[in-house]
Amino acid sequence: MRDVAIVAFAQSDCVRDAGARNEVELIMPVLQEVYKQTGINSAQDVDFTCSGSCDYQQGAAFAFVAGVDALGAVPPIKESHVEMDAAWALYESWLKIQMGQAESALIYGFGKSSPGELPIVLSQQLDPYYLAPLWVDTIAFAAMQARVMLEQGLITEAEMAEVVARSRKNAANNPHAQLKGDVSVDELLAEPEYESPLRRHDCCPISDGACAMIICTVEKAKEWGKPYAVIKGIDHRIETHHIGSRDLTQSISTKQAAEAAGVAQGPVDIAELYAPFSHQEIILRRALNLSDDTKVNPSGGVLAGNVMMASGLSRIGEVAMRLINGEGKRGVAHATSGPCLQQNLVTVLEAQ
Amino acid sequence: MSSSAEILSQAFTLGYTYTRSTGPIVGQFLTALRDRKMVGIKGSDGKVLMPPVEFDPVSAQALSDFVDVADCGVVQTWSWVSEPRKAHPSDKPFAWALIKLDGADTPMLHWVDADDAAQMSTGMRVKARWAEKTQGLISDINGFVPEATALSEDYQANEAEEPITGIDSPSYLTYNFTAGGATARYLAELKKGKLVGQRCPSCENVYIPPRGSCAACGVATTDEVELTNKATVESFTIVYIPIPNNPIKPPYVIANLVLDGANISFLHLLSECKNEDVRIGMRVEAVWKPEEEWGYAMENIQYFKPIDEPDVPVEEIGKLKKGGR
Repeated sequence: MRDVAIVAFAQSDCVRDAGARNEVELIMPVLQEVYKQTGINSAQDVDFTCSGSCDYQQGAAFAFVAGVDALGAVPPIKESHVEMDAAWALYESWLKIQMGQAESALIYGFGKSSPGELPIVLSQQLDPYYLAPLWVDTIAFAAMQARVMLEQGLITEAEMAEVVARSRKNAANNPHAQLKGDVSVDELLAEPEYESPLRRHDCCPISDGACAMIICTVEKAKEWGKPYAVIKGIDHRIETHHIGSRDLTQSISTKQAAEAAGVAQGPVDIAELYAPFSHQEIILRRALNLSDDTKVNPSGGVLAGNVMMASGLSRIGEVAMRLINGEGKRGVAHATSGPCLQQNLVTVLEAQ
Repeated sequence: MSSSAEILSQAFTLGYTYTRSTGPIVGQFLTALRDRKMVGIKGSDGKVLMPPVEFDPVSAQALSDFVDVADCGVVQTWSWVSEPRKAHPSDKPFAWALIKLDGADTPMLHWVDADDAAQMSTGMRVKARWAEKTQGLISDINGFVPEATALSEDYQANEAEEPITGIDSPSYLTYNFTAGGATARYLAELKKGKLVGQRCPSCENVYIPPRGSCAACGVATTDEVELTNKATVESFTIVYIPIPNNPIKPPYVIANLVLDGANISFLHLLSECKNEDVRIGMRVEAVWKPEEEWGYAMENIQYFKPIDEPDVPVEEIGKLKKGGR
């Protein structure tokens, strides 16, 4: 596999309600920002464009097609879309480069969840015979997963609160974060339960926003003359949709993806994990076998702001930018999709 | 942006009125539910999977060996919903639970009707509360209840015999749709009786209705341009088919119209002329409704009508004066 360089990344602020901004108006500022970072003019200057979004979030059919209006696709460009988090759009773009069909790619993700009732919208991605008709939502599954872990002694409520406190503290340095500030574990534990055993702060907030990234071959990055980080490994795995057949106390698919991506082949300085619920960060740290020396979610992670369909790509972008800025030499980024961490993508990045 | 846009939003419900074929495995499970019975399926390792799946989650082998399972069992984990959402199966607080039925080896998801969270515990025994009338849906189980709960078994017997092969599974999602910034400004001007497009700062094309970007250049359109009421027919069709809920009686003309000074067409009605006289290149003008009826909608214009001006040659339509200048 050839190394692929990340040369640019931009993300919008995570906001609860983007109000009068349509998908084009959400996407355009982050696109302009990555063009500027790369020193190019438009999507015409890359070989391939791929986006990640889900029309059900805002309830606008073909919003992902409307989003193409942000690109300047005249004359026509090579373009693709995944109805998934844009981390998987990155995976498709990475494959294009591996196959020699492109030297550079623009990837973007966007989500406007504020118009709908997100947990209920997401319930409709589940099994259409057994689960979707009951309208069982993502929070319920996460809560049942947390209870299994608590009752088996695999985590404590204090450990969950520690994850939240660290997220809020780290997010204080993240201008894009939605939830930030100093809050103690004791204060968090004094909060009432929301969907037992979860408290409201154990659940990520709902956010609107967008992010964009430009990747390319190392040769192209040198030609552009911009600093970059490289993707050394990337892999994703999925578990069965039959939730009763899964071991919810661990993330086997993350373990498998981590092994295939080569996480264990060196020390990990920085990790950004897509853990929408506090206990899931603990599951992921274990699945990735991260040591105490790894700085986990220096951005605050998605507990500080979660743009569905963009957050996964943002985890990768966060790690890449920190490596470019000299905060570490090697990093791991993780993206997830589906109930209880059903599908997981792991990326290993290195500074140059 | 020239000014912060007024936020225009509207509630709406999106309905997906799907019917789904079940296939033989899910169908057999749902057929059993209709008879108030539970069936699981044997996986490749001999364990009983509940609810049944077509293929083994580990070996991927096709499965077909159904096994009767009890309609009672043990809660393996649960969450307590203190504030049920409108779509949820219960109006009052309830529990979601993974329940391992007696005779099954994997738990299934359903809900438990309990008085409060204190009544719930992992390991508690629960039993299915069957719906009074069953249809062959997962909701034929009207939740589970603690096993000691007395249930009146005043059921309507199922008389259907045909196996379930398909189900209605409508899904309605409610949204509060918000117009984008460019659309909101356009609609606000339309409410004042003005047609205001936006010009691309790069290629100078003028778009109406504007979407906030130039789709050709990929840059934000910021300059607003007020356009006239006059337009040219770029294309048209005569509609003969009555459309449900449409008050307009066919046959009528729908045309792609390019406003003078604009570089993109939009759809509107054409009237006050014989349908057979409509042609590409024809010059037309907007007929507005009375001012007191104006809202945030293109319906402020009732229709376009022909005007006495020479036709625009076909090859010039849509290429009218770049930039509207």
